[in-house]
Amino acid sequence: MRHARGMNAFYRSFEAVLVALHPLWKLIGYRRLERPVAALERGVKGLLFDCRMCGQCILSSTGMSCPMNCPKNLRNGPCGGVRANGHCEVRPEMKCVWVQAVAGAARIPGGAKALQNVQVAVDRRLQGKSSWLRAVRERLGDAL
Amino acid sequence: MIFEDEPVPGYPLPIWPGHTSPGRFERVLRAGQFAVTTELDPPDSADPEDVYRRARVFDGFVDAINATDGSGANCHMSSMAVCALLTRVGYAPVMQISCRDKNRIAIQGDILGGAAMGVCNLLCLTGDGVQAGDHPQALPVFDLDCMTLLETARTLRDEHRFLSGRKITYAPRVLLGAAENPFAKPVEWRAQRLAKKVAAGAQFIQTQWCYDVPLLRTFMSRVEDLGLLDQVYILVGVGPLRSAKSAEWIRTHVPGVHIPDEVISRMAGAADPAAEGRKLCIDLIQEIRTLKGVHGVHVMAFRQEHTVAEIIERSGVLSGRVPWYPGRDPQSRDPQPTASRIAS
Repeated sequence: MRHARGMNAFYRSFEAVLVALHPLWKLIGYRRLERPVAALERGVKGLLFDCRMCGQCILSSTGMSCPMNCPKNLRNGPCGGVRANGHCEVRPEMKCVWVQAVAGAARIPGGAKALQNVQVAVDRRLQGKSSWLRAVRERLGDAL
Repeated sequence: MIFEDEPVPGYPLPIWPGHTSPGRFERVLRAGQFAVTTELDPPDSADPEDVYRRARVFDGFVDAINATDGSGANCHMSSMAVCALLTRVGYAPVMQISCRDKNRIAIQGDILGGAAMGVCNLLCLTGDGVQAGDHPQALPVFDLDCMTLLETARTLRDEHRFLSGRKITYAPRVLLGAAENPFAKPVEWRAQRLAKKVAAGAQFIQTQWCYDVPLLRTFMSRVEDLGLLDQVYILVGVGPLRSAKSAEWIRTHVPGVHIPDEVISRMAGAADPAAEGRKLCIDLIQEIRTLKGVHGVHVMAFRQEHTVAEIIERSGVLSGRVPWYPGRDPQSRDPQPTASRIAS
């Protein structure tokens, strides 16, 4: 997560662009956009964050470390089993997602505070859906 | 400590003002007593007597007994069933709920069912990964995590509704607990994680085994800095080691258990390692109890449960107090609960 700060800044401006283009998205129709955008999102975020397409992205609250890569899907902090070398209990070859999240959050303005947000239970119906489009609609308070 | 409205097994206790559960464990904590909890090793059997036999070894020395939920991802009698048996005779169990094996539908049902049977304390856990246990082929569920599980239980209790919003006619009256490991990475963030658990509803905490008091002290001072000491009851996990060899095995094989080298060498130099392990445990308890914000100990004496009574007695932490157990007061058999106050 050495690049957390840059990633976060890029991501924020990217979201602003997406929101600004809302009239265009509306013209095309969000429903029609869902599949191609989700595919694009999967490619981009898969490459950058090993994204699991949970459909309710909280990267900015987790130091840009994707919590769905945690074998226990922990979105609220590390479990008690993190190894002394900072690796995962379940997959010893992998670095703990949350050790990275805490390190990443320290590099993002307001990141440490965002870590304290208690995340609600995941809505499993959104698996595979685009969280970009969802974020735009939520930002604009637009009902689906 | 004798409660005037002590229960006859099967009768619910009245809830005292400011309490969230009718449980004895909450009463002991809120009365400012040093609490002692322990863990029952659930049997690989369907015989209820196996549960009662394992509970009886703690009689008179513990305030609550944790019923583990497939700990270490190993299959045993369920936590729900152990609690059903324990509450039948009046014991105060802490029902552990792990997110590994059940989704939110099953978990919410269990919380209602547990409370209906007289369970007054829940411990909300994420759970060990399936790779750690005897069924690594199993599907890990992890629909909720410990934090959303706490929120879920609090929603049931305080908002009288399921996560779906559907109403509950009689809410579960339970004290909510969570676990914390002050000794695992990222160590510097563990107090913040505790803050998050408190924000999600945790009222008491049971920690992982502590063999490193300086590290615990640092953790506790961070917890104090965050202003959490009067918001949560912290019980520190302790347990007797059997030998230097087993200590070495535990620290390399059990994720999240931190045992410093000094402890290993103290064990290695002992003529009677098992006795030294108990002595070490007592020393730790006596040191831990002096820390500000520590409200008790959680003794996890895996496969050495028979040593818990001796350890607690020699540590002197109960100061002569005899926690309730079935048959402690044969004279108080009045089924009508009386005044709601502590008699002694």
